[in-house]
Amino acid sequence: MEVAIQCRGLRKTYDGKVEAVRGLDLTINMGECFGLLGPNGAGKTTTIEILEGLLEPTSGEVEVLGRTWQSHARELREWLGISLQETRLSEKLTVRETLQLFSSFYRHPSSVDAVLEELSLQEKADALVGKLSGGQKQRLAVATALVADPRILFLDEPTTGLDPQSRRQLWDIIRQFQKRNGTVLLTTHYMDEAERLCDRLAIIDHGQIIAAGTPAELIERLTGHHVVEFAISGQGADNGAAWAKLPGVQSVRADDGLFSLQVNEPHETIPALLAEVQKQRAQLVHLTTRQASLEDVFVQLTGRHLRED
Amino acid sequence: MATIEQPPAMSGPDDAIRTNGRWSGYVNLLHMRMLELWREPEVIFWVFVFPLLLALGLGIAFRGKPPDVTPIAVVEGPKAQEVVNLLQRSPQHAGIQPNVMSASAALDGFRLGKYALVVTMDDSGVQFRYDPARPESVLARAQVDDALETAAGRKNPINTETKASSEPGARYIDFLIPGLLGMNLMNSGMWGIGFALVEMRQRKLLKRFVATPMRRSDFLLALVSSRLVLMIVEVALLLVFGMLVFHVRVEGALLSILLIGALGAVSFGGIGLLTASRAQKIESVSGLINVVMMPMWIFSGVFFSYERFPKIFLPAIRALPLTALNDALRAIILQGASLDSQLGRIAVLAVWGGVSFVLALRWFRWS
Repeated sequence: MEVAIQCRGLRKTYDGKVEAVRGLDLTINMGECFGLLGPNGAGKTTTIEILEGLLEPTSGEVEVLGRTWQSHARELREWLGISLQETRLSEKLTVRETLQLFSSFYRHPSSVDAVLEELSLQEKADALVGKLSGGQKQRLAVATALVADPRILFLDEPTTGLDPQSRRQLWDIIRQFQKRNGTVLLTTHYMDEAERLCDRLAIIDHGQIIAAGTPAELIERLTGHHVVEFAISGQGADNGAAWAKLPGVQSVRADDGLFSLQVNEPHETIPALLAEVQKQRAQLVHLTTRQASLEDVFVQLTGRHLRED
Repeated sequence: MATIEQPPAMSGPDDAIRTNGRWSGYVNLLHMRMLELWREPEVIFWVFVFPLLLALGLGIAFRGKPPDVTPIAVVEGPKAQEVVNLLQRSPQHAGIQPNVMSASAALDGFRLGKYALVVTMDDSGVQFRYDPARPESVLARAQVDDALETAAGRKNPINTETKASSEPGARYIDFLIPGLLGMNLMNSGMWGIGFALVEMRQRKLLKRFVATPMRRSDFLLALVSSRLVLMIVEVALLLVFGMLVFHVRVEGALLSILLIGALGAVSFGGIGLLTASRAQKIESVSGLINVVMMPMWIFSGVFFSYERFPKIFLPAIRALPLTALNDALRAIILQGASLDSQLGRIAVLAVWGGVSFVLALRWFRWS
């Protein structure tokens, strides 16, 4: 498989003190959608901006499309489409003017009209950027990257703060780009986004990769692919230790009165759970089971939830 | 690597390949910058309308006052009307306002300072009552005496001619217009470049731009070019306004004025760029811009001549860029000076602008 982006031993230290990235190795293949997943402050943005050539790493090597930023910056800029986190484009320009401006920087850009159509922005083409909704602005930000006719699309938290419909719209746009052999690198702190969109992903915490693989592989690595969540009221409510002894239970977490058991075979665990509840003379007030998700992977790896601030 | 020779991901097989030329980025940056400015009503007001309002307000406040009219009392009598008639026929009639009244009323008015002079005419001639301690009274006596004699047919042995110095070229508004022009070029250079840059940096737009193949020099060039376009409009508006409303006479060559204006705009653009080279927030750059401009508002002779400051300060004041710009503009507009007579001032502006640009480019942060 051909390699689109590769980095080895990436480190970034701010002001000689804060270590934002602490030794990161990544290989991203042509044509795949790769996700950097992690909580706020994990070092995702620093990592993606180093790969985009906007930040100098303190140490480590970066190769994009077989070139380095030191020797081929101009060439690379022509090939990459970049959407930063929270860029506020000029509010007094229209959508079309904004895309016209960005396309004028590239030697061989896409046609503005084609990009407008692809991102369903034709109706807003002559509206001022200041009048757009949040979802439309975010689509325009991605449009300014796509108008470059790029080989690699970099998206830093493209759907943060968007409503569900706008998020799905953006996912479709990213998949469209991928279908035309485009490579995508995105950061997100949404589990569902990473699970649905990414071919492979790396989970980042405290500037390091703590797990990498396809979403399915990562979940597979969990001890216990199913999660049983329940809450009880009554006498036995605090007795967490009892649940760990139930058949098939790999781990127990208590979270604000809600117990989550990671189990291999729910059909063995649940009857035993019900019996235990009865034995403790407690009342079951909540019971669900579900497939383990990336969130569970993250919790198991770090002991924290992904969205904790 | 083989991947690099693949067709770009976006274009389908039927798309003709679009190609942008070397200057397409610059042209579009300039075009969009002008569009943005045009759509910003505040910019139009502060850059174009505000200086005109300032010129109008100050021009009216300090316009040449009509010459003082001296009220005098003429004592009733058979010849009183003759005095009034003579005064009205005299060349000084506009400056003297005769009031006919009784002798006692005239004296009362004179004592109270209402009249500067009491004139009585009878068969023996004209008598003046005046107060040698009051300058306006002395003046009125001489004036009325002169008026009566001239109107009565006195021939002056020497022909004299007088000219009131309130004609275009020497009035306050003539001093003011070039000063306002200089100040406006400074304001719009500092705000139009300094403030605009920090705002774009704060919005992460600068960072977004450098994530494209945009040439950084094109970006700065476009910003400076937009200032030059505005400069032409600013200069033209203020000069035409001064000419139409206050009959300001432009003695110098228009090309010289525009060249000095362009140098001023670019020089203050450089200072604005330097001021904005590292600031992250518009609040901090606003403070910086005001700190830089404040001394020049006071010292550079915008509203009054800096010659009034103690002599020891004058060399420092003349080294300020706005002083050089104002002096050069005044010399060219009011005295019709040539460009080469202004080389010293041109050098001051060029050094300020050039040094600022070099330092700014060294320190400039795109993110």
